Amino acid sequence: MFKAMRASDLLKSRPEGLYCPPGDFFIDPVRPVERALITHGHSDHARSGHQSVLATQETLDIMGLRYGEDFAGTTQAAALGETLDINGVAVTFHPAGHVLGSAQICVEHRGMRIVASGDYKRQKDATCLPFEPVRCDVFITEATFGLPVFRHPPDHEEIARVLKSAAQFPERSHLIGAYALGKAQRVMRLLRDAGYDRPIYIHGALTKLSEYYQSQGIELGRLEPGTVESGAKADFAGAIVVGPPSAFADRWARRFPDPISCFASGWMRIRQRAKQGGVELPLIISDHADWDELIITIKETGAEEIWVTHGREEALVRWCELEGIAARPLHLVGYEDEGD
Amino acid sequence: MNRFAELLDRLVLTPSRNGKLTLLTDYFRSVEDPDRGLALAAITGDLNIAAVKPAMLRALVVERMDPVLFGYSYDYVGDLAETVSLVWPQPQGHIPNHVPTLGEVVGRLQAASRSDGPKVLARLLDDASISARFAIIKLVTGGLRIGVSARLAKQALAYLGQVDVAEIEELWHGLAPPYTELFAWLEGRAEKPRSAALALFRPVMLSNAVDDGDLEKLDPADYAAEWKWDGIRVQAVCEGGVRRLYSRTGDDVSGAFPDLAAAMNFEAALDGELLVGDPREATGTFSDLQQRLNRKSVSPKIQQQYPAFMRCYDALQIDGEDLRALPFAERRKRLQTFVETLDPSRFDLSPFVAFSEWKTLERLRQAPPHPIIEGVMLKRWNSPYLAGRPKGPWFKWKRDPHTIDAVLMYAQRGHGKRSSFYSDYTFGVWSGPEGSEELVPVGKAYFGFTDEELREIDKYVRDNTIERFGPVRSVRADRRNGLVLEVAFEGLNRSTRHKSGVAMRFPRISRLRWDKPAAEADRIETLQALLD
Repeated sequence: MFKAMRASDLLKSRPEGLYCPPGDFFIDPVRPVERALITHGHSDHARSGHQSVLATQETLDIMGLRYGEDFAGTTQAAALGETLDINGVAVTFHPAGHVLGSAQICVEHRGMRIVASGDYKRQKDATCLPFEPVRCDVFITEATFGLPVFRHPPDHEEIARVLKSAAQFPERSHLIGAYALGKAQRVMRLLRDAGYDRPIYIHGALTKLSEYYQSQGIELGRLEPGTVESGAKADFAGAIVVGPPSAFADRWARRFPDPISCFASGWMRIRQRAKQGGVELPLIISDHADWDELIITIKETGAEEIWVTHGREEALVRWCELEGIAARPLHLVGYEDEGD
Repeated sequence: MNRFAELLDRLVLTPSRNGKLTLLTDYFRSVEDPDRGLALAAITGDLNIAAVKPAMLRALVVERMDPVLFGYSYDYVGDLAETVSLVWPQPQGHIPNHVPTLGEVVGRLQAASRSDGPKVLARLLDDASISARFAIIKLVTGGLRIGVSARLAKQALAYLGQVDVAEIEELWHGLAPPYTELFAWLEGRAEKPRSAALALFRPVMLSNAVDDGDLEKLDPADYAAEWKWDGIRVQAVCEGGVRRLYSRTGDDVSGAFPDLAAAMNFEAALDGELLVGDPREATGTFSDLQQRLNRKSVSPKIQQQYPAFMRCYDALQIDGEDLRALPFAERRKRLQTFVETLDPSRFDLSPFVAFSEWKTLERLRQAPPHPIIEGVMLKRWNSPYLAGRPKGPWFKWKRDPHTIDAVLMYAQRGHGKRSSFYSDYTFGVWSGPEGSEELVPVGKAYFGFTDEELREIDKYVRDNTIERFGPVRSVRADRRNGLVLEVAFEGLNRSTRHKSGVAMRFPRISRLRWDKPAAEADRIETLQALLD
């Protein structure tokens, strides 16, 4: 009689990351390994120096942009929805809705199916394909915002607040802090979708990735470098500037007139976080699932067991217990708890 | 409700006064009656809603969700109102078809009896968005704490109507929420409201600082001089049995000074300084006065130990006659006669300082006879009592500030224009025995320097950072390394909240002492000697 294998024999945590013994590969390893499967291009998940890398074409492109073309020994592009065989293990990539190219990785072997979702969200995002729920036995979920206090509002409402503020304070500039991969381009796209048609000024750290997004058919409108050479201080009156959050504490920000600092992040849900960071206009725009999205996703996968990776796993594990779903934290190390 | 909630959210995080004014003015302009008037009342503290206790709020939420999950959430957020607003579960299948207005929310809360108050609150939270829930909870738990004073809200109204804020302050105590007639006037749709209320506040007359060269142009014979007392400027108004003690911005502070209010048995409006002590014997110091400040209630013991009295400067009205148009010399005569009829333990007359030349006054100003005097006031004999700060009739001529050399210890990033600069400085002086001196923080200052100096300090901070905590950097400061700042301040209070035991009043950076070695900065004893 055919006997299904145990989940913990199909995927287990190792110091390098999540490991599949029968397939002999890692998912999102944090140290250089022989064979790596990568969910998306954020630097804590996608590192350079692996022998071979399997990821979506977009993720491979993004890694190339960030680390240079020789970021891995060999690369292979995974097409979404197509099953590959790796040492007898069936591997399929499905969209995760996190950033451009992001994917969940479904691993199946001898009747056991595990989905490692990487990072994901359920809110609509014009810069990437939407998350696709996959039925599975074990669902591995992130828990960046795994507390009932995290409830992300619709993103267009948040963008409307920037535009309202820009109209209220026409003599000032609005500086939006947003992570360079994904969030920044999503914010620009949301501005365009809200009808904002003036040039958007961007920090140099966003140039390459934003150009890549545009080359993939994601319209971001006219982007201009936010540098002094491109204009005098007064020219930035009323401007919207997007840059990595770290840049706003930096001397770079001085070129803008009396800036209102905005930060696009799920963390902005908590007033104290905004206050501590000196953020005047918090924008609750996240590329991670909020509490309600985590819960609905767990239900949709039909999984009997939930493994919780990075974030606030205790609350999510508690919720699973109350729902009668087996759950445990995975304690993977090396992923940024704070990133959004 | 959502617009009010959004306003609160923005105000909490907007540090600049001008930014807050813009937000408030836009809100008052764009929101209709009665909502904007109720919002105004909520901000000025004039909205009356039966309070809900935090324990009740917590009970309401754990009836609706797993207490363990609530516990994790509250631990993480740290603020009860915010946590509840975020985790409040909307009832299954409940889709509110109408977002209640602020007027409806206030109406329902005010109509609720004590026993069904929690139920009404829960229903409101069910129907509200997250931001609106936060605003509702703030309304019922009392105290918005959004960093907006009543004065600032009135300034926003003044901008809205293009009127002087003094006009609004004068009207204020005769008005009540939702201030419909006030908005109608400010928008030019109606006459200025006339109030039948008694004992209203009269806008205060303020002075200008003496600038270089001002006095050379003036004849000493045209001016009277008085000491400038460093208490609290107040206005005592009694009319038809109504007694009110106002601060200089028109806030009613009678409740904090019941002893003085009890002695206000006259028909007049007097301007003066609130001080403590017995005017016939001794005037208390600023530390004594502090015992009476910022208290919700005053115990009889404190009232006895630190009795409040009023040192009178001016008479605005006596026995129904408005004196404000009379020259100062005439008002002063009337005041003198009037004060003689009052309780001498609670009222006295601010004495004149005799002088014939500015030089004489200059000497007196530098060496005042009492620690709570901060300089002299000059008042032109022929000046009427004018609202606001007219240039010319009244001058303040303050004693020079104290200065101390302190060492920069921490720097914090500023806001707005200064958000990329380390512009708020915590500084310390040396304490401890010789050979093992340590810096103890004594204050914080964020102005007094030029833009160029700000750039220099910012660079210094970035080059000498030893630790970072969020927006704060700890700067290298020991016997051999450190930036010495000359700090000017107006006075010193004892403080139990600060490790150093002292708190500076109005500190600012007066000079950067790049030349001075850190070890030669002042010691804490220098400051302690200034405490009275």
